[in-house]
Amino acid sequence: MTDYARRTWFVLWKDLLTERRSKENLNALFFFSLLLLFLFQFALGPDRRSLEAALPGLLWLGFILAGLLGLGRSFIAERDNDCWEGLLLTPGDKSAIYLGKLVGNFILMAVVELVLLVLFGFFFGVALWPVAAPLALVLLLGTTGLAAVGTLFAAITAQLRARELLFPVLLLPAQVPILLAAVSATDAALNGTPLAEAAHWLKLLAGADLVYIVIGLLTFEFIIEG
Amino acid sequence: MRRALGWLALIGVIAGLGAGFAYAPREVVQGNVQRIMYLHVPSVLTAYLAFGLVLVGSIVYLATRRAAWDRLAASAAELGVLFTGITIVSGSIWGRPTWGTWWTWDARLTSTAVLFIVYVGYLLLRAMIEDPDARARSAAVVGIVGAANMPIVHFSVKWWRALHQPSTILGPEPSPISPEIRLALLVNWIALTLVFAYFLSRRVEIARLEAEGAP
Repeated sequence: MTDYARRTWFVLWKDLLTERRSKENLNALFFFSLLLLFLFQFALGPDRRSLEAALPGLLWLGFILAGLLGLGRSFIAERDNDCWEGLLLTPGDKSAIYLGKLVGNFILMAVVELVLLVLFGFFFGVALWPVAAPLALVLLLGTTGLAAVGTLFAAITAQLRARELLFPVLLLPAQVPILLAAVSATDAALNGTPLAEAAHWLKLLAGADLVYIVIGLLTFEFIIEG
Repeated sequence: MRRALGWLALIGVIAGLGAGFAYAPREVVQGNVQRIMYLHVPSVLTAYLAFGLVLVGSIVYLATRRAAWDRLAASAAELGVLFTGITIVSGSIWGRPTWGTWWTWDARLTSTAVLFIVYVGYLLLRAMIEDPDARARSAAVVGIVGAANMPIVHFSVKWWRALHQPSTILGPEPSPISPEIRLALLVNWIALTLVFAYFLSRRVEIARLEAEGAP
């Protein structure tokens, strides 16, 4: 078990270190998030009320679009640098690689989401601080689900020529329940509704996260063996 | 054997048409439009059967690595998409005169649409991987995720509609269906299942021949 945790940590540490040194994904994703905010504003027009009603949906649309770009690149470093074999040489259970990649993706997405959230608060005049705790819980559960399926599907599409196209085509339908649940729960959180009223959504998110992670752990070795 | 299945399916379809158009009475409220149900309901049940087979084929393939199970999953997925498509189109044609709209974001319609796009994605993935072994492995994982996701999709979509807006278009609960209508549905269900079994056996055979012919 400690070996398993160590291998997971090595994959995670490697990815975080590469990201910290190159800042390849983070910088572009920040800028992309900022552009999204502008686009949302332009698309919806200046009417404040229609904007407020659409806010939870826009927020998660932003997360998912940023996630599509970020998650889709999960295995690109290995592919471009011919390190795929190196990854495969990891001894023992291959699901440790999945877990390490998953946690790395979660951290990357969480950072981007936090920035996007702050920008949302800034540009659209939303008071985020009072609802920070429930919002953080929704974000945690929703992002986990997104990253769990995203990491698995990124591994599937990493070797394909049409991966930029195929990755969203596979991921977006699978994310329908996460999107519905997260938007509803975020709506409740932003309106200051007690979380108990959105409890069924949170339970659905938690259940979905569990299902996705278990499937990911069980099936990952089949994907990367080639 | 396959020939016999084909003839059986043909007889089933003829019996189904007879049951749907001649035997079953004209529905009092909806009129003849209701007869679309004899295609619509059996189609969706057949699609569920097909996607169930995709799940079984995917799991058994990963466990045994026998290519035949992958071909079963792939063939069943194609037919599942076909029958889901028939379900959506026939439901749409029925919905226009009955509900007054081609499409509504009702829970069942939405989850059927999600079902459709999930397996279209599955087929797209298959089309883009050339190596048969890698294709089978990747597709099996997507098939498993897609099937495991269906209950989650079902609940999320149900609550999504229930919370936002009560069902105003569907109206009151339909009255219990008459025995004649139930029998006609049953006959058509059996007929479509036979058609599905026949198509599936043909499709699996084609996939087998293709795999043998490939270098």
